[in-house]
Amino acid sequence: MALLEAINITKIFGGLVAVNDVTFTVEPGSIVSVIGPNGAGKTTFFNVLTGIYKPDKGRVIFAGQDITGWRSDQIAALGMRRTFQNIRLFGNMTVLENVLIGMHVHLQSSIWSIIFRSRNMLREEARARNKAMELLSFVGIADKRDELAKNLPYGDQRRLEIARAMAGEPKIILLDEPTAGMNPQETAEATQLIRRLRDERDITVILIEHDMRLVMSISERISVLDYGSTIAEGDVQAIRTNPRVIEAYLGKGAAGHAA
Amino acid sequence: MTTSTSSQSLWQRVTAPLSSGPTAYAFLALYVLICSALLLTNPRTELSTDIVFVLFMLSMLAVYRSRVATWFKVVLGVVALGIVLPYFGTLNPFYIDVATQAGIFTTLALGLNVVVGFAGLLDLGYVAFFAVGAYAWGIFSTTRISNINPAWGPVDPVMFYPFLIVGLILGLITGVLLGLPVLRLRGDYLAIVTLGFGEVIRVVANNLDRPINITNGSQGIRDIERPPIVIVDLVRNLGVVADDNRLYQLFFYYLVLIIVLLTVIVVARLKNSRIGRAWEAIREDEVAAVAQGIPRVRMKLLAFAIGASFAGVMGVVFASKQLFINPPTFDLLRSINILAMVILGGMGSIPGAMLGAIIVTMLDLQILPRLASVLREAQATGAPIPRQFDPTQYQRLFFGLLLVLMMIFRPEGLWPDERRREEQHEVEISDEDLEADKVTTSTSANTGR
Repeated sequence: MALLEAINITKIFGGLVAVNDVTFTVEPGSIVSVIGPNGAGKTTFFNVLTGIYKPDKGRVIFAGQDITGWRSDQIAALGMRRTFQNIRLFGNMTVLENVLIGMHVHLQSSIWSIIFRSRNMLREEARARNKAMELLSFVGIADKRDELAKNLPYGDQRRLEIARAMAGEPKIILLDEPTAGMNPQETAEATQLIRRLRDERDITVILIEHDMRLVMSISERISVLDYGSTIAEGDVQAIRTNPRVIEAYLGKGAAGHAA
Repeated sequence: MTTSTSSQSLWQRVTAPLSSGPTAYAFLALYVLICSALLLTNPRTELSTDIVFVLFMLSMLAVYRSRVATWFKVVLGVVALGIVLPYFGTLNPFYIDVATQAGIFTTLALGLNVVVGFAGLLDLGYVAFFAVGAYAWGIFSTTRISNINPAWGPVDPVMFYPFLIVGLILGLITGVLLGLPVLRLRGDYLAIVTLGFGEVIRVVANNLDRPINITNGSQGIRDIERPPIVIVDLVRNLGVVADDNRLYQLFFYYLVLIIVLLTVIVVARLKNSRIGRAWEAIREDEVAAVAQGIPRVRMKLLAFAIGASFAGVMGVVFASKQLFINPPTFDLLRSINILAMVILGGMGSIPGAMLGAIIVTMLDLQILPRLASVLREAQATGAPIPRQFDPTQYQRLFFGLLLVLMMIFRPEGLWPDERRREEQHEVEISDEDLEADKVTTSTSANTGR
């Protein structure tokens, strides 16, 4: 059974159809990419999946539940986490605290146990810190735990965002342009990290990405959006040779040359 | 850049031995001792006593901030606030009243700090919750209650103690009631709605003398009951000879002190918990916080309710201490004043809110009036100040000027949230690391985007 299914999603802003009747399926344990030219509606589609926007039409099924119209925090609690295209860390909190925030839904201490510092609460807090440290090691920034997130170099901020998303023990992580603005060295490291997410942690990954080398090397399936509609869907080979995709990226007439 | 770092290190070189290590113990003990001695030998009401009193209050903040053993802090705190100050209060009741007021507003500032500082919700009607607690005790402890139902009489004054909990719950409920409809609003809109709510409560208090006279309108409620002091006989047996008023001053001082302590503990623990972190995250970036599964409305509501409940408790205490409340006590200016305490001290900072509350209260009750009277004396003795100039009229002007100067020169507040700075001190960053950082950031800035 599919882990995530988006069925006939349509999202309209005023007169603009940002996402038009998109159907999209993700199998558990896969890495799926959503590509398309700028303004194709990729991020809007992510925002619909994660509940930031409500779709005007269509349904989203995640982990066997119809989550259409759920609030963003409910969807996150159910196990769908994301990163943002323009990194959105809590800049004035430390690296460790950022990861702890990602764990919020798994921390159960009541307000009374916090006020009275109950043993359970202290134990839970210690466990959470250990787990956060483990995640920071996983992404490779454990030594920066006490720095403010805003002071991290760019690449580390991307890593921290992934660690924070992992902290929620998600079934699926949506990465919105995780290598935007990275140099080739950093992109290679990020690719490695994304692969490890799936291989070592069993987290399904959906990726929005412009770096074609990354997309082609890592994805099992690719969906191509243009002007809000799916123009192609398939494995890497199928997308690479699809004339409509080439046209969308390179313009009319290019398809003939490329093929 | 270099001058600021060197001056900062000089400042640190001076304060570091005074706030940690063996010298700190000697310094703090001596500081508290000298201030106490000066206070107790000089129990008049004049400028010099004012200055010593301010220094004395500041000593408590120095103790709070220093890094000495907790037992030492507790001992100094108990001696200074539990013994010296109340004893001084029996010599000069004016100052114990200032201290009690400062305590009341410390709790209010701490409560508002949860809402504004932690959760980032600008609340301009905070005093409404204070009013709810105050009016609740005012109505239930006087014959006002009989106007609601003739069969009911005023509650026994001893009910004051459980009524503190009632005040808390009433504050909580009012906070939730206000919060539910408005917390979906953001920033400026929320501020305006809370401002309106504060005014609504005041106007209701002002007009609820008809058709049934519940609040006695603009005349306010008189003869509010004070609770029986549980240990009064014990105190008398100890040989303390004091009339009722003196005793009640001491009683309310200690009561407020205990509530302040509890408030500080609760607020500090919440701050360093999953709840405090969630508030901070919401304040930093609401969309990102919600994407981490933090229920936005519920967390905001919680901040609102907790902040309001502190005000509710203090309202009960305030009504009982003042014996009289009327609507102007709870006007917009009071809300703004509490907000000024929080901002002056440093938003989100617990010691900051306390410092802000103490400073603003002392300015209001003590320093500015004293300044005015000193100026007037100078005027009388022939200083070149025009006769038409009446310094007492200009107290609020000085206060306003002070706020303006503060915001220009120290916008982060007198005592900004310290935790971060300390954490950063623990991490030693070598120059190499910094260089490496610069390279990565510059390359990442160059590529792409």
